[in-house]
Amino acid sequence: MRLTVGGLGVYAYTGTRPVAPAQPTVVFVHGAAHDHSVWTLQSRHFAHHGWNALAVDLPGHGRSEGDALTSVEAIADWLPAVLAAAGLTKAALVGHSLGSLAVLECAARHPDCVAKIALLGPAVPMPVSDVLLEAAARNDHVAYELIAGWSHSPAMQLGGNPVPGMWMMGGALRLMERLRPFVLAADLGACHRYANGLAAAAAVRRPALVILGARDLMAPPKSAYALIGTLPDPRVVTLPDCGHALMAEQPDAVLDALREFL
Amino acid sequence: MTKPKKPHLDTLSLHAGARPDPATGARATPIYQTASFVFPDSDHAAALFNMERAGHVYSRISNPTCAVLEERVAALEGGVGAIATASGQAALHLTIATLMGAGGHIVASRALYGGSHNLLDYTLPRFGIATTFVDPRDIDAWRAAIRRETRLVFGETLGNPGLDVLDIPRVAALAHEHGLPLLVDSTFTTPCLIQPCAHGADLVFHSATKFLSGHGVVIGGVLVDSGQFDWDGSGRLAAARGKFPTLTEPYAGFHDMTFSEESTTAAFLLRARREGVRDFGACMAPMTAWQILQGIETLPLRMARHVENTRKLAAFLAGHALVESVGYPELPSHPDHALAQTLLPHGCGAVFSFNLKGTRAQGRRFIETLRLFSHLANVGDAKSLIIHPASTTHFRMSAEDLAKAGITEGTIRLSVGLEHADDLLEDLSRALYAAGKS
Repeated sequence: MRLTVGGLGVYAYTGTRPVAPAQPTVVFVHGAAHDHSVWTLQSRHFAHHGWNALAVDLPGHGRSEGDALTSVEAIADWLPAVLAAAGLTKAALVGHSLGSLAVLECAARHPDCVAKIALLGPAVPMPVSDVLLEAAARNDHVAYELIAGWSHSPAMQLGGNPVPGMWMMGGALRLMERLRPFVLAADLGACHRYANGLAAAAAVRRPALVILGARDLMAPPKSAYALIGTLPDPRVVTLPDCGHALMAEQPDAVLDALREFL
Repeated sequence: MTKPKKPHLDTLSLHAGARPDPATGARATPIYQTASFVFPDSDHAAALFNMERAGHVYSRISNPTCAVLEERVAALEGGVGAIATASGQAALHLTIATLMGAGGHIVASRALYGGSHNLLDYTLPRFGIATTFVDPRDIDAWRAAIRRETRLVFGETLGNPGLDVLDIPRVAALAHEHGLPLLVDSTFTTPCLIQPCAHGADLVFHSATKFLSGHGVVIGGVLVDSGQFDWDGSGRLAAARGKFPTLTEPYAGFHDMTFSEESTTAAFLLRARREGVRDFGACMAPMTAWQILQGIETLPLRMARHVENTRKLAAFLAGHALVESVGYPELPSHPDHALAQTLLPHGCGAVFSFNLKGTRAQGRRFIETLRLFSHLANVGDAKSLIIHPASTTHFRMSAEDLAKAGITEGTIRLSVGLEHADDLLEDLSRALYAAGKS
């Protein structure tokens, strides 16, 4: 569906289902350099099982207009505006990586809009290496290659995609190559600078699910331990042999965890 | 500085897409010789059918052995995915049927494999799809042939049989300027010699019967999507907007799914699998996929040997008194020599043609005297092959069209195999001697 937020067009994938205010809503928020399509399997499932499922393209990403938002706080404030534009008031929020930080912050800042939160591949803090920040600042393709390498478990880098016939490493690169200039730098900068993670976690008053990849190099499980220790009501699922690209590497396990939680 | 790490082509040829079998630990890719797959429960079944979960339902749509092959070729080509088909012809048909219907138009190189030429020139017009054939070396001809209803630009990395080298970067740029994808048949080159997607091609297909297999025992095709084309024109290719409704508008045949929204990078493959393979049914058998995988494991080693042998034979023939000309792009006499040096630095494959001097009877004597070269209609076998195109693969073409495709009555096409080069040279030498005496 297409919405307007702050005068700018926003795209949200809804699994080809209409949004009905009487249904519960789940909003999926992608991470750096991604778009809604990283959630297709999971969001489509909820859309066909009695939910309004909105997998958004963040500003400046995919089909959404405008510049990329440069802070986690700005994304957190943008999410309730998306809900309002869709005629909705409250949703479960599911975020991956950068999106997980935005969901966390949104739950702290806008609790009335948030029913539950699911954080996939979070790290608090989420520092980004200098080499990656510098490559992104140059719009250097090396940045995409580094992310593709660090985001997938060693086994997955040689294939075995659960989706028949698809080469995951190629798909990851192509998605990033579609980014407009400096969008990756904005995304990584937002992750790198975000300093309110533990305070936000302490302020959350909603049930939280944390899904970690045991082989995640981008956001290693240990970098989420402080977050998990601070959230008041966390449920933690660790996916064995899984890297940072959780929804792609183990789509069914992610879906099952979300189904059980939501 | 930290550098990205990615496996080399040789490693991908052995490993990409495959893992030890989780059920048995089998190291080799198992042959999943089954038509269908049991659903754990009704919910799971519905989710599989509705593309909410990944997995296999029915082997016409997907099969675990075929999926390994698809993933492997996609990895070798640098694409986002692939579909294994019943043949290379099926891969070409699947591409066209996915992108257009009646009223569609294709601009294609006129130096095509005879089977592709048949499909485009004789068969598809019956279904309302027209093709304009152009000299692949004439970029202005490509441009002039593009119409409002054009939906695809198509050529071979090395044209058949003159080995016209397709200037992929220029033709791709022209196609993209008009919002059109470039499809490339890379059967003759394989990803070992060129990866067309890296030069701008959007779709690549192979007759996997040829070099990918190398053993000449199966018929199969593989169609790879680079994931680069902007089908709905929402990104960098505004000129594509509105041209591909099969990918950008709701499809009643699959719950009104809009494929370009469902997948940002693989809309084409989604439609091709969910409609084209599902409905036309030209799928690959798992046993075939397994046999092609056996071939791909040694592809880099074989291609190096193919090219090494070919270079020796081309040089020998170019210096022989009974040979009028040799059409191999690595030779300075070939019109695409300079382009080949840029695009094909690792070799121009193992298929090339040469023209014999003398009569048709001498040509026949030459072919019939050969012992190691098999006279048959195929290329890319581990064994050396030979054919006379004017009387076989291209016999339906008029003399005028033959001339346009660079074929004469004396044209002989070789597919150089993996035998020892000295034995092949001896075979050719003896046959040329016999032809000269007749």
